[in-house]
Amino acid sequence: MIAALFLMVALLALPVTPVFSATQSTLAAQPSDTLLEARVRAVASELRCPVCQGESIQDSPSALAQEMRTIVREQLAAGKSPEDVKRYFTDKYGEWILLRPRAVGWNVLVYVLPVIALLVGAAVVMRATRRWAAQPQGAPAGPGEPGKAQTG
Amino acid sequence: MNWRRAAIATGFAIPLVALFSYGMTRDPREIPSPLPGRPAPDFALEVFRAGDDARDGPSPGDTIRFADLRGKVVVVNFWASWCLACRDEHEVLSRVARAYADRGVQFLGVLYSDRPASGIAWISDMGGQSYPSVRDPGSRTAIEFGLYGVPETFIIGTDGRVNYKHIGPVTEQLLIEKIEPILPPVASQ
Repeated sequence: MIAALFLMVALLALPVTPVFSATQSTLAAQPSDTLLEARVRAVASELRCPVCQGESIQDSPSALAQEMRTIVREQLAAGKSPEDVKRYFTDKYGEWILLRPRAVGWNVLVYVLPVIALLVGAAVVMRATRRWAAQPQGAPAGPGEPGKAQTG
Repeated sequence: MNWRRAAIATGFAIPLVALFSYGMTRDPREIPSPLPGRPAPDFALEVFRAGDDARDGPSPGDTIRFADLRGKVVVVNFWASWCLACRDEHEVLSRVARAYADRGVQFLGVLYSDRPASGIAWISDMGGQSYPSVRDPGSRTAIEFGLYGVPETFIIGTDGRVNYKHIGPVTEQLLIEKIEPILPPVASQ
């Protein structure tokens, strides 16, 4: 009974798993429609909607975003690569249209600064905790006579 | 010790405050366009309303092709009847278009995300328009021009390259300043 259940679950999972562990060959086995739609979604999620506030053309219901999705679909269907499609839009709108900026020139700061800030923050916290730990229990933080804690 | 700490904190705070203050002076709507300097996108758009001054100009149903306008300065204005700021610039556009019509400058109104019927009614409300209006099904040409919203105006030189892009309503002075230096040589006698 349990074995049969396992088998059923495994069979149900089969058609789903290849989509997630997507390699080109397994994707080709999918119906081309859903495959194309998945690729359209992937590219559209990376493009900013020009008439919205911080929304991708995939998420925006605006007419312009809809039309841009159509262009993405047409170009992908015509055999262009996702990079080609993105380049088409950056040619018109500039780098701004990419929701994830390319790590080139000053853009690198966007990726590097948070890491630096995190490291600096961690260093500060570590130094502070070490200093607190080194102090005798209950001693005032200021420079006082070491040893006896003032209790009561 | 406290002085050192204060100095470090100030060292961090000053660049941040400077960066944010600089950010406050900038208009987030103003996005640098890669188009100026580049060849203008090709287009072929159907006229839905002729210009009032059209003697032998295009009439409704005709197609205006960018390729046919080579050698002229082309001013492409994207607008819509639902666009409030477009009201502010309409009269200016119509007047400047009329003034330069014989000097090798072609104005063109491209309707954006709107029905031609609404566009025609709007133009009548506004007292007419001297230059032709075309429709842009699916906003294809708008996207080709990297449009963010309306109104937006592109001035294309005689070499077919985008010379200038303007976001928001144009003024008469601005149009003249941008058009005069790039007028076709034959016309500017």
